[in-house]
Amino acid sequence: MNHLLVEAEGVTKSFNGVPALHNGTFRLARGSVHALCGGNGAGKSTFLNILMGILQRDGGSVRVSGKEVDFCTPGEALAHRIAIITQELSPIPYMTVAENIYLGREPRIGGVMVDSRRMRADAAALLSRLKFAINPTAQMASLSLAEIQLVEIAKAFSYDADIVIMDEPTSAIGERETHILFDAIRSLTSQGAGVIYVSHRLEEIFEIADSYTVFRDGGFVETGSIENIDRAYLVQQIVGREIGEPTRASRAESGPVMLDVKSLSRAQQFENVSLQVASGEIVGIYGLMGSGRSEFLNSVYGIGPRDSGSVHMEGIELDAERPDKSIAAGMAMITEDRKESGLVLGASIRHNISLSALGRFSRNGVIRGSQERDHSKAMIERLHIRTASDNLAVSTMSGGNQQKVVIARCLSTNPRLLICDEPTRGIDEGAKQEIYALLEQFARNGGAVLVVSSEAPEILQLSDRIVIFKKGRVNQELPGHSANQASLLHAAC
Amino acid sequence: MKHNVSSGTALAMPAGPRLSRLGINLASRYGIVVAFIVLCTFLSIANEFFLTWGNWTNIIRQTSINGMLAIGVTFVILTKGIDLSVGAVMALAGAVGASLAITANSHDIVVVILAACAVGAALGAVNGIAVSKLALPPFVVTLGMLSVARGITFIFTDGQPIPNLSKPLLWLGSGTLLGIPVPIVLLAVVFGICWFVLRHTVFGRHIYAVGGSERSAATSGIKVPRIITLAYVISGLLAGLAGLLLTARTTAALPQAGVSYELDAIAAVVIGGTSLSGGKGSLVGTLFGALIIGTINNGLDLMGVSSYYQQVIKGLIIVGAVLLDTSRRK
Repeated sequence: MNHLLVEAEGVTKSFNGVPALHNGTFRLARGSVHALCGGNGAGKSTFLNILMGILQRDGGSVRVSGKEVDFCTPGEALAHRIAIITQELSPIPYMTVAENIYLGREPRIGGVMVDSRRMRADAAALLSRLKFAINPTAQMASLSLAEIQLVEIAKAFSYDADIVIMDEPTSAIGERETHILFDAIRSLTSQGAGVIYVSHRLEEIFEIADSYTVFRDGGFVETGSIENIDRAYLVQQIVGREIGEPTRASRAESGPVMLDVKSLSRAQQFENVSLQVASGEIVGIYGLMGSGRSEFLNSVYGIGPRDSGSVHMEGIELDAERPDKSIAAGMAMITEDRKESGLVLGASIRHNISLSALGRFSRNGVIRGSQERDHSKAMIERLHIRTASDNLAVSTMSGGNQQKVVIARCLSTNPRLLICDEPTRGIDEGAKQEIYALLEQFARNGGAVLVVSSEAPEILQLSDRIVIFKKGRVNQELPGHSANQASLLHAAC
Repeated sequence: MKHNVSSGTALAMPAGPRLSRLGINLASRYGIVVAFIVLCTFLSIANEFFLTWGNWTNIIRQTSINGMLAIGVTFVILTKGIDLSVGAVMALAGAVGASLAITANSHDIVVVILAACAVGAALGAVNGIAVSKLALPPFVVTLGMLSVARGITFIFTDGQPIPNLSKPLLWLGSGTLLGIPVPIVLLAVVFGICWFVLRHTVFGRHIYAVGGSERSAATSGIKVPRIITLAYVISGLLAGLAGLLLTARTTAALPQAGVSYELDAIAAVVIGGTSLSGGKGSLVGTLFGALIIGTINNGLDLMGVSSYYQQVIKGLIIVGAVLLDTSRRK
């Protein structure tokens, strides 16, 4: 049994009597990259948390490198050479990259003082070995979300672990960094380590993983070799039912221009960008990390500044940095980071849904609770948001459901233009398809959609036209139906 | 926007008469109420005068000033801010009100009240604009205002008390309305209005949103600077009203009135369960927080505890109450 790094059998876990995991079965072989797949509520996170010592299992058995284990703390898991790249990034913002990487195990002088020079050098060596272009002395607060994720990855690699769990490691980084990560993973596994890879981006799984295990509804469904299956089969196993091959639904002829952006510029971010989105049209923006796409969207909507240029919505010019006026003009925006700028995490689902449109559910400034409640229920049904009650805090929901709450809030103002920044980041396949269907239906009903994504298949599936951003400028425009992944990458790099 | 305590599942409500359900609801959400009841039980055993009607009227009347301050400060703390200037604003508003009460027609009590509120609101607006438009930290801004307002008060009063207040103003402090002391009526009215605003109006919802996540509030189209400024205006306005009340009760406007009052106000808000990191809390909690402080003061007085020991005990109870509340929420 020596070639198995992890051997879990029948692991169970319940919360308050509700079973979250009833059959956690999983085997990780030495030197392999094993994808753990499953949708919302499938039990993946619970299983991984047990493996990592964050939760304790109720039943079943877990063997690490042949030895039976039952971790009570993450420290024990680390001691057994299990490292993790978490989905939730929580850096210490005012400390440097090096300090964050070696947090808790700083190299010391005389056992008491921190050896900053050695720490910096170690960090620099680690980052250059991984080919991540990040300055070890930079403050975490100054890094972009993508760079923060790269630091998190570097930290996991620095543990020199046998088993590395990677939970959505590429959710914030771009294509180039993803390939660098994959190279690092390959060198890791060639030295005998094992990687448990969790990602909703199926093309990644097919690129990097050797084997797969599917969890569904809290239990083991199937395991096997990646080379024996294809994407459609994997999707079917994850979702548990037939999913039609995603094709772009034919859309009615697009109508009049809704959004008209002229020569929009913002120093250091993007320059002289002009584009239009017509009613019934989905325009996709594709570009590498740092190409200015998010900053552009934020400026159009008004949550980011602009230096020059104009934004017209249905002929009316919009003031800069006035999201309230943008909403009144018919815009709505799904931001890149829902936890940070999309949702009020401590508030209930119902309150989040109505937040943009409280004027609709109030009279003379007084909220009409019954109207708000009815609307919330209607939205939950319409978007298939899975929750026991709309009074729960959104912080308790999964990523996919949280994103649906954001969408519900956006749709509550009856917008005619939806601006989406990475709308399916960190979301499982089932919810992804639902969101695509929603966007397509929105366009079919005459709305306009402007979407930014770093997932080529997503952009290709959704867009009628694709605009390529490169270093803050519009490099090219490609018609959606004739573009492919290669042409996209070619234009963006 | 009540924070749900358990791990994501809705609180199971026992079937039964509405009152008991309400009681269980309150107790589980407001451990502070439980603490208050325990405190009262203890004090009523320790001292025979504690539970008398006279004593209780005393407690609530004495709490009314801190209570009013605390209600205003709650709005600010909900937006993730803090207002250290309320004590000083009290003094200035009280002084302005007193000086008007002498020179104006003694029946123009309405003008006096409005003037005091206006002074408070104006100072609050300055705080609010500095925090929201100039992006200065609330702690620093209101600390500065504390000094500035106190200084202006001394300048305005020339360092002297302003006595000889008009009868209507004195009535505010020691009169009664339908048998209830006026300060208590005022507190009840202010509480009622503010509670309604926070719970049931769009503005109240916006306050919670801004405190919960400023950026998400901005994305949702909320005019964040405006909401923040209004929170400070409310805090200043209520501080102005409380200052006038204090002046009426002490029968003279003192330039050194209200010194350190902000501490008891903030303590009341925090004990009442409002989070200093914004977005979470309620006025009912604040009210009970103020009551607990008032009760502690009163109880310790009745037991003849020296005021030095009272301060130590009060501090310990404050920390203890918050500890209980936060550990119960986890």
